[in-house]
Amino acid sequence: MTAFSDIPQTPSSHDGVPTALQLKLRRRARTSAAIRYTLLIVVGFIMIYPLLWLVGASFKTNQEIFASPWFWPEEPTFQGYVDGWKTSTPYTFATFFINSMQIVIPKVIGTAISCTLVAYGFARFDFPGKKVLFAILIATLLLPDVVTRIPQYLLFRELGWLDTYLPLFAPAWLAGDAFFVFMIIQFLRAIPREMEEAARVDGANTFQTLIYIVVPILTPAIVSVCLFQFMWTMNDFLGPLIYISTVEKYPVSLALKLSIDATEAFNWNSILAMTVLALTPSLVVFFMAQKSFIEGISTGGVKG
Amino acid sequence: MAELQLKSVEKTYGNGFKAVHGIDLEVGEGEFMVLVGPSGCAKSTTLRMIAGLETITGGEVRIGDQVVNDLVPGKRGIAMVFQNYALYPHMKVTRNLSFGLRLRREPKDKIARSTAEVSGVLEIEDLLDRLPKQLSGGQAQRVALGRALIKQPEVFLFDEPLSNLDAKLRASMRVRITDLHKRLRDEGRPATVVYVTHDQVEAMTMGDRICVMKDGHIMQVADPVTLYERPANAFVAGFIGMPEMNLVPAVLTRGEEAQITIDAQTITLPGVKARLSEVEGPVTFGVRPQHLEVTRPDAKDALTGTITNLEFMGHEVNLHARVGDANVVCVVPTDKFDTTLGRGDLVGLKPRASHVHLFDTQTGENISLPKSQ
Repeated sequence: MTAFSDIPQTPSSHDGVPTALQLKLRRRARTSAAIRYTLLIVVGFIMIYPLLWLVGASFKTNQEIFASPWFWPEEPTFQGYVDGWKTSTPYTFATFFINSMQIVIPKVIGTAISCTLVAYGFARFDFPGKKVLFAILIATLLLPDVVTRIPQYLLFRELGWLDTYLPLFAPAWLAGDAFFVFMIIQFLRAIPREMEEAARVDGANTFQTLIYIVVPILTPAIVSVCLFQFMWTMNDFLGPLIYISTVEKYPVSLALKLSIDATEAFNWNSILAMTVLALTPSLVVFFMAQKSFIEGISTGGVKG
Repeated sequence: MAELQLKSVEKTYGNGFKAVHGIDLEVGEGEFMVLVGPSGCAKSTTLRMIAGLETITGGEVRIGDQVVNDLVPGKRGIAMVFQNYALYPHMKVTRNLSFGLRLRREPKDKIARSTAEVSGVLEIEDLLDRLPKQLSGGQAQRVALGRALIKQPEVFLFDEPLSNLDAKLRASMRVRITDLHKRLRDEGRPATVVYVTHDQVEAMTMGDRICVMKDGHIMQVADPVTLYERPANAFVAGFIGMPEMNLVPAVLTRGEEAQITIDAQTITLPGVKARLSEVEGPVTFGVRPQHLEVTRPDAKDALTGTITNLEFMGHEVNLHARVGDANVVCVVPTDKFDTTLGRGDLVGLKPRASHVHLFDTQTGENISLPKSQ
């Protein structure tokens, strides 16, 4: 238990032998730390258990999955991954992953660019009708998604975009996600304007100021936006379900459902195995972006 | 380097608030002009209009022989130092310094040469590879200064650059900036400077000339000595000088000599009449604490007051006395101070007549300046 740094290291008496009081204090600190950490470990384990079980069960045989609630597989097998990857369709999961990326990548890039531009406009410039436009932008945040589904569907049908990825990522290129715009605006508002003014005095035009000064300072916010957009898009089920009808174009989220529908006796281990794979990109991206997510580079340039 | 001219420059905001009321100001080539005034007097707004960071809603700003009203800041030939440094947080010091030159697509070797030169002048060579967050306040301000210097602009603009520094550093930076200004002048490339501050010590010590502002109007533009000795109005008189000038309501009568009455005490001000305009009646009597002499009570031509407070400042003592309803401050050198005096004692305060000022109670204008002024 001495490894815990929050246990006070009471100095021992001059001859090196701890006094009775010191022993008592040390014992009490250790007991309280032990209780605290045990509680945290137990609760943490309960929270993470479903995920552990998911990973464990993906290595189990179909019979074992329902035989034991414990996550550790008795006879680990890769069969779930092999079968799941093949799928019951003519395509492998690789196709579905590529499809997902064809939606996610343009959507994330589009979101980053368009939301930054729109947020910069709202946060830094005065133009006629700004207040009204901003109010409308915020109002769309309050609009439930389902309300716009049907009009949007009709619109995209008129454009001939059904069964393409365009309806899924085109709105993101037009700053369609008011939440992200709002997030960046809030971040920008906290950044003093002097740096941008200094850049203008240094001879930068509006666009150069945005690229050389604002975007680098905004990096943590933009990374967060990309991260959220990546995860939400990877996990989006309803969007592709409405607009994508050809199996060949299915993204991962739809493909997972496909493997449940297609066979009568579900191969649960292959479904679970593919679920684990479907989770992986989001997790990898999250851990990669974590540093920049947390690092606040906006501090330091201006005395606060 | 070029001169700078403001001709009836106005600033009215979208909500109709008029911040700057048609000011005229000329800053000569290589001149160090300080804009000073209390907060809200529009000195920063004026500076930002010169910089092009605020639109000019009336009048014109001229740098050299060019009207710059509609030019973007980058094309005005100015450089600016901000109060909070405004260094680019993601760039190292070198890149912070050279950002303007890189935007202008100057050749690389020229950029390197200028960076080395400027960092040498400001002694920031050791900081070139650091990020702004790794700099102390004084270092950051030096880098900000370097970023202005490297561009060799027509006009330097300073917006309260020292207010974020502690008192000691502020004093040394003050000297550094004035030294730099003199050095550039000696090297034959004089720098025109407009320096905004609310600190009158900065204004008095740094400026070739000082422009005192209040509520979007210029109260007086003059060199420090004139400003101190011949303030154009009661506002300037009260703003410049430490401690503040005593401004006391009084009644002026013109007999053989000018006489003023404060709280039923009448004193004669020998020699003042000659420089007075034809005014009589209520005025504001102004005398600096340094120009009051402590005498025994009831001495001739001295105001009698009761001591309310004594502040020991080291080399001098600030004596606060109540004369009628007014509080009057008098500064006495410590070695000349009568240590038997204490709170509640009566004391005579004799103004040095050659240094008193009389101000119109309505307009605040100084009515005791020599006629030729």
